[in-house]
This record gives sequence, C-alpha cells and structure tokens, in this order.
Amino acid sequence: MVVMKMKFSFQKRVKLAQGLWLLSWCTTVASAITFTLGCILKMELRRRAEVMDSGNIHVVPNTLMIVGLASLGINYFASKICQDALDAERFPRWKNFLKPYFAASCFFTVLMLLAVIMSYAMKGSLESSLKVGLKNSIRFYKDTDTPGHCYQKQNIDYLQMEFQCCGNSDFRDWFEVQWISNRYLDFSSKEVKDRIKSNVDGRYLIDGVPFSCCNPSSPRPCIQYQLTNNSAHYNYDHQTEELNLYLRGCRETLVSYYTSLMSTIGTGVLSVFLLQGSVLVSLRFLQTAMEAVVGKENTEIETEGYLLEKGVKDTIMDLHQPGRCTVPHICLCSPPSSTLPPQLTSIASDQPVSDPFFSAARSTSSSIPTVTYPRTGSHPVL
Amino acid sequence: MPFMPVKFNLPKRVKLAQGLWMLYWFSVIVGILIFSLGIFFKIELRKRSEMMDNNESHLVPNLLILMGMLACGINTFGGKVCHDCLDPIKFTKWKPMLKMYLLLCCGFSMLLLLTALLCILMQFAVYLTLAEGLKNGIKFYKDTDTPGRCFMKRALDLTQIEFRCCGNNNFRDWFEVQWISNRYLDMSNDEVKDRVLSNVEGKYLMDSVPFSCCNPGSSRPCIQHHLTNNSAHYDYDLRTEELNIWMRGCREALFSYYSSMMNSIGALVFATIILELADMAGLKYLSTALETMVDPENPECESKGWLLEKGIKETFTELLAKLKMLGKKTNQVEEGRDATVDTT
Repeated sequence: MVVMKMKFSFQKRVKLAQGLWLLSWCTTVASAITFTLGCILKMELRRRAEVMDSGNIHVVPNTLMIVGLASLGINYFASKICQDALDAERFPRWKNFLKPYFAASCFFTVLMLLAVIMSYAMKGSLESSLKVGLKNSIRFYKDTDTPGHCYQKQNIDYLQMEFQCCGNSDFRDWFEVQWISNRYLDFSSKEVKDRIKSNVDGRYLIDGVPFSCCNPSSPRPCIQYQLTNNSAHYNYDHQTEELNLYLRGCRETLVSYYTSLMSTIGTGVLSVFLLQGSVLVSLRFLQTAMEAVVGKENTEIETEGYLLEKGVKDTIMDLHQPGRCTVPHICLCSPPSSTLPPQLTSIASDQPVSDPFFSAARSTSSSIPTVTYPRTGSHPVL
Repeated sequence: MPFMPVKFNLPKRVKLAQGLWMLYWFSVIVGILIFSLGIFFKIELRKRSEMMDNNESHLVPNLLILMGMLACGINTFGGKVCHDCLDPIKFTKWKPMLKMYLLLCCGFSMLLLLTALLCILMQFAVYLTLAEGLKNGIKFYKDTDTPGRCFMKRALDLTQIEFRCCGNNNFRDWFEVQWISNRYLDMSNDEVKDRVLSNVEGKYLMDSVPFSCCNPGSSRPCIQHHLTNNSAHYDYDLRTEELNIWMRGCREALFSYYSSMMNSIGALVFATIILELADMAGLKYLSTALETMVDPENPECESKGWLLEKGIKETFTELLAKLKMLGKKTNQVEEGRDATVDTT
C-alpha cells in the first residue's frame, strides 16, 4: 500500500543528500529567474496599459512573482534540511516543521503549474481586452486637451511606429472616428461644414490616417490623406498601393507579441516546475529514509524510503477524518466504542515492520496501558 | 638611494602577492570590458554607416579591440607570475623575464594613452563625416529606384524617427532639395510645371518635410506641407509652433550620441591606464622584495622593495647615457664600414 517504496543503503542516502543539496541550489537560481521573468512580463504589460481595457492578464506575472519568491524560500529550506539530514542528532529538530513545509511546497508547486497553463491559455482574454482598449484609444486620439487623455495621441503614435501597425483591425478604423480635434478645424470653411453636416453625429470624418501609420520602407513619400481617392494623387491606385502604410492592425501585432513573450516564459517556468518537483520528491525520500535511522545506534543500516505511507486514497481520507483507524495495532489512543469501525481485524503480529513511526510506537507500547476493544465476536483483547 | 623603498617581511610579502593577484584578475575583466566596448562601438558605427556615406573611420574601435585583447593577455601573464612568485623554485623560472615584462607593460600603457587621446580627438572626424553623409543622404532621399541608394529613404526616415531630428542643420534643409521623385510628379499639371520652371536647376522644391520629421508629442495632427504658409492651415503660425516637427538637426543629434559614447570609453581607458600603472608598481615591489632576501634559504627573513634602484634623476641620466652609447656604437659601425669601403 505504500507508494513508491525504495531501499536506501547508507551510501545511497549520502549520495541522495549531496545530490539534493546541489539540486536545491540550482532550483534556487531557477526560481530567482522565474521571479525576474514575472517582473519583466509585468513591466511589458504596464508599458502598454493604456491600450488594454482590463487588468485580467496581470494575474500571470503576479502569480509568477509570488511563486518565484515562494520557491526561493522552499529551496532554501530544502538545502538546509538535507544539510542536516545526514547528522542523526540535528535531523530530529526538523520533524515538526516538515509536514506544513511539504503542504506549502505542494501548494506553490501546483500554483507554478497553474501559472504555466495560464500563460498559454489567456490569449483570448488578452485579445478582447486589447480590442476594447484600442478602440477607446483611437476614439480619444484627438482629445489632447482633456485631462486624462492628454497623452493618448502620443502613445498611439509611438505604438504604431514601434510595432509597425495601423489602427485596431486595420487602417480603416481611422476612417470611422474623428481624429482631428475641433480646435484645428476651420468652421467657416465650406468643405468642413459640408463634411460635418453629411454625418449623422456631426463628426468630421475623413479618409485619412495619422502620420504614424506611414511605412518608411515605401519608395514613395507617404500618402496619408484622401486614401480612397485615386485621382487626388498622381499614379496612385489605392487597391494596389501596398507599402505606403502599415497594413497590419495593432491588435493583431500586440497579441502576437505578448503571446510569443508568454509562451517563452511559460516554457522556462515549466522546466523550473519539473526541477522543483524533483527537489520535493527527493526530499520526501530522504526524510522517510532518515526517519528510520533516528534513535538507532548504528546509523549505517539500510532503510526504506517512500513517498506516501498509505495509498493516495487512504492518505486523502486520513486528512478528512484524522481519528479514523484502519490498522488496529497502531491505535494508541483508546477510541470510543461507537466510532470503532466494524472491520477490525486480528492483531497482525506477523505484519512486517515497514513503518518507522509505528515501530517506534510499538517499542513504547509497554508503558502505555493496553487498549481493550469491545468484545464482538472474534475480536481479541489486546 | 632607491626610490620609494619599503621594508617587507613574510606576511607583508604574502599579502602583497595575494592583493596583486586579485588586481591582475580585475584588470583582465577590465580588458574584456574594453574589448566588448570596442565591438559595440564598431557595431554602432556600422549600423549608421549609411548616414556617414559608408566613409566612417573604424580606427578607434579596431584599436580598442586590439587593446582589450592585449590587456587580457598581459594581465593574465602578470597574474600567473604573482601566483607563482611565493614559491622560490617557480619564481626563479620567471625572474629573467620580469624586466622585459615590465618594459612591455610600459609600452602597453603608452599605447593605452594613445587610444584614450584618439577616442577624444576622433570626435571631430565623426562630426565632419556626419555633416557630409547627411547632406548626401538628404540629396539622395528620392532615389529609391537607383541601385545602391534604394534604402537611403528608409534609413533616413528611421534615423529621423529614432533620434527625433529633422534634416542636417534643421528642417529647412528639406526645402533646398527635391525629395519627391519625378516618378510621382504629374508633369502635365500647371502647378508642378510652374514650380519646376521657377527654379534654375529645374528642381521641384517645396516648403514641406517628410513624415518622419513629425513629432508625435504635438497636440495637433502633423503639418508637414506648406510649412511657411500660415494661411494654409487653421490657427497656425510657424514661429510659435514648436512641437509640430522636430526642431533639432540630425547632425547634432547623431553627434551628441556618438560623442557621449566616445567620451565614456575614453574615460574608461584612462582609468585602465591608472590600473596598469598600479599593477606595474606592485609587481616591481614584489620582485625586488623577493630578490633582496637577506637569507634565501629562510623564507621568513626580511627584505626591501623599491620602485627604482637609484633615484629618478640618476635613472634618467643612466638611460640617456645608454641611448648615447647605442647611438655612438651604430655611428662607429657605419664609419668602420665607410672606411673599409674607401680603402677597397
């Protein structure tokens, strides 16, 4: 019933402790890298926070930073424990610490795995956030005199130039909003009045884009106004002119940029997760192997190490009902008769001593008053 | 009278050797740093070589790379000598080479001084190259169909965007060249014909700038055409409009970028010279301290170390005398040869 039992000779224990010490220091470095990656991702997301609507995506870098810091602590303690493990006098002082330590470590390791999954899975949330954010930014492009939107124009211009994109889905998004402020429109001009009247909302819409959409790689000077009017420019056909503006939309560009960043980080953190998992497994083996040595005079005996003392199911049920007794010869406390389960079996005195905890208990059983079980059928008295 | 003598006992010698070993390894790291800065500078020059007519001088970065490698080699050797010097058997192996090594270090420090001076002085050359290169760049902006100049437009646009500048001295440089290619000009149009005819050389000149001169920080959409015509735009005055296009010239922007880089590299090289001098002084003290041990068999005896065996003046006069002797000898050899030629 024991999960993954392994025999450990003295030499093997020593090697395990040394290997674990080295591994835990490597994993400490790796968790520091995880924390740094989380910081980098957060900084990159903050830089473009004006074009993102919701902050849901920030859960990924926040989790990475928390997990990185927690792993630093976990691995530091792991290295300390395995340093003390080979010394039979210093090891017992860790006894009370180990159970909560393993619980916390398992929790943070699972959290690390969650962070990896999230970094791959949050693409949809990012895209919808960018869609709304970019739409609003383009709408407020002209409001350079409104507090709170003063830098919208500058941000969008630099964004379009840096990522080589134009508009939300493409450059036609600029045709649907008024991106020239009323402050710079001559309302006495007939042309301006006509345009505003032709529109239901009274907006000045043009088939032009801001200068930041211009592509420097184009061989001809940038055409940014009257884009759909072929006759306004010499030798120009807006269906065949490909290079004059950036054709990609900023949403698509930003999504692909952030997805590639998060996939790279996710892959890195996955390897850190595997390292951390192996540290915890090795530490558990070392702990269980060393517990058998505690109290013995000959510390060089061969012991057994395991992951879980009972099977997985039993361990989980044990955590739910800690008073439940499934193996009678180890029930030290006298349970009330009503709670005794009916499946008590006879004392298995010929049951092999596989568990150091219980062998230690057995050696002290002579000082404890004997437990009497209620007489039911074939149940003997201890 | 030795110059700057210091008494040494065994613990002091050991401390000196250890300290000097660490100093040598620190100098190796500084050498690696100079090497990588040389490579970085070379890459930066190559990136913008189009703005400099592909004419820029690579003397300074090449020299830096060479100096970096030499520094690594010399200081590694010095570190090895320090490491071995406390062991008398190993030290006797290195003893004959020490004089040559110190002379080599002297020469290397002179070269470093030359490099530092070049870093500071070559900035003038960079300035002149930039002025010439940018002038040509603006002239060839429109020639996107001429092989060899296809990418000038793109390079100049990206430079103006990145360095936030416009034109050579300022934006008015664009008014003096035709930067729109004839391919995109409707020659049948009256307005175009007027403009071309009004110009002696038949160039289509306008008071406009390319889009890459636009400043995104401006609160109004960029005005790039009819810049000098206030009535062409609503509520616009060229004299007060400062944020519309970049006001700085690209020559000034690029020069300040390169000059700050060269100044910092020059400062680092000066610091390396001081480090090298400290290394040399330490090694001289250590070697003289080991050589003047009163009792070579007893490692714990006292010894004296110095920088120069005699005072500064005497060392100089000796050096001059040696050089004179060398000069005389070569003269005598030549006279002897002439005499034999005459007699034959």
